[in-house]
Amino acid sequence: MIPTRFRNRPVIRLLEWWLVFLAALVPLVWIGWQAWSFALGADPAKEITDFLGLWALYLLWGSLAITPLRKALGWTSLQRYRRMIGLYALFYAVMHLLAFATFIVGWRLDLLQTALTERPYIIVGALALLLLIPLGITSTKGWQRRLKKRWSQLHKLVYPISLLVLVHVIWLIRDSYFDAVLYGSLLVAMLGYRAWGSLKRRTGIRRGAGSAKRAEPSVVSPSVEGQRPASG
Amino acid sequence: MLIKKTELIRSSEITPESVYLNRRQFMKGLVGTAALAVSGSALALPEPEFEKGVPVYPGPDWLQQQLRAGVSNAGMSTDEKIAPYRHAIRHNNFYEFGTGKGDPAKNAQNFVTDPWSVEVTGECDKPGTLALEDLIRPHQLEERIVRLRCVEAWSMVLPFVGVPLPELLKRFQPNSRAKYVEFTTLNDPKQMPGLRSVFSSLDWPYVEALRMDEAMHPLAFMAVGMYGNALPPQNGAPLRLVLPWKYGFKWVKSIVRIRFTEQMPRTTWNEAASHEYGFFANVNPAVSHPRWSQATERRLPSSLFRPNIIDTKPFNGYADEVAHLYSDMNLKKWF
Repeated sequence: MIPTRFRNRPVIRLLEWWLVFLAALVPLVWIGWQAWSFALGADPAKEITDFLGLWALYLLWGSLAITPLRKALGWTSLQRYRRMIGLYALFYAVMHLLAFATFIVGWRLDLLQTALTERPYIIVGALALLLLIPLGITSTKGWQRRLKKRWSQLHKLVYPISLLVLVHVIWLIRDSYFDAVLYGSLLVAMLGYRAWGSLKRRTGIRRGAGSAKRAEPSVVSPSVEGQRPASG
Repeated sequence: MLIKKTELIRSSEITPESVYLNRRQFMKGLVGTAALAVSGSALALPEPEFEKGVPVYPGPDWLQQQLRAGVSNAGMSTDEKIAPYRHAIRHNNFYEFGTGKGDPAKNAQNFVTDPWSVEVTGECDKPGTLALEDLIRPHQLEERIVRLRCVEAWSMVLPFVGVPLPELLKRFQPNSRAKYVEFTTLNDPKQMPGLRSVFSSLDWPYVEALRMDEAMHPLAFMAVGMYGNALPPQNGAPLRLVLPWKYGFKWVKSIVRIRFTEQMPRTTWNEAASHEYGFFANVNPAVSHPRWSQATERRLPSSLFRPNIIDTKPFNGYADEVAHLYSDMNLKKWF
């Protein structure tokens, strides 16, 4: 752990940023190296595609974990990397789709078309990726400013997207439910934390409004909540 | 790689060309391995050669001897390119040892397959429990190169060594009530980590079955070896079915029980998901798995920029041999 007095120095922050940025590329480099050295066995296409998809999921889950970790454990320094991790989730999801289209269906358009129109697990996966794209585009500070309140509304799309991803995983299962249970319970915990918070906030507001005469402040005032651009 | 062996077992080389071209007619006239041996179109199996650093599985001495006396059954073999041995032993669906393709190769290495015994029971006149040696010894082993089509839409060409299933089953004299024959995999959670998983949706032990006429078809085969050696544990040692016209999940591995029945037995995959896996599980490009198409398959090993996508054929290309077994059946219903 870097002591606080160093942590906020620009050069340290820059180094840290680059470290996170490069670390997120390690899986891609690793799988590329494995493929290059023929270490992926009889079915490298499936190995690569699964691996990239799994990392898209890890990073999406990671981006969703940041807010609960910040609020519950006070890990505020993570907040700075939420956008980057979210964009990397999109990046790995795009690579996953490209790997599927290139290595598994060999860009055979007839197969791609039936996959995208008739195979439910591919349809939900593709839908999740499609919905992630506008979030990626509007992830910049400029778009955040332009969209104001709508920005956080738009970016709440990540919740249904994560559920689509979970369904995509579940519909791929042939026998073992281990993965589905693991990713599912993590998602339930992360989304449940938010739902619980928002419920508490809403009942708090109502109670606050009801007891306005006694001038008691609500537990979390809506104005404070509104100022947090990265809330959610 | 088995360069020497691959050359030897190319059926175009070991079968006179006229016979090769008329393979199907040849097959129809085929009575059994004996016919092949006599006609001189069969060749003794060579000493297998393997790449350095790849695990090999010679099996018990008696089996090794018998493997060396085995012959190649060209009439029952495809001349397509055989999957490299190193891939065949590392790309396995054997859920008793884990659901990942590489799990069986990792988890099955200490699996005890010798000694091994098989219980034969049910509607037959000569039931009994036999040591594997007593089950296999009376038979001439033969090699068949077949296409394995997995229900997951990939396929491999593999050289198995074993005994025609009809010859094996006839010894137990199934009676007139025997309409089906059921095969059960060993159920030993101590050796098989997959059986200890609480996340599995399958009801163990693994059971799959055949109608008697299917089991008595000359293409039905009981393997004890592959690539000229014993079966590796991850490939279903010491005894597994080879049913080239059916999806791989019917090819029961590590068999400990054979039971003749009058009623259609309950089978593992059908029980787990009856809308996805039928009792017959004949390879059929026209009937999709509810979640994916069966119209094409990826022939493994594949290289990255040549995915090796080929059209799946009815009955996995063995329609001329087996389609008549199902001539009165609606294959969309009885998938």
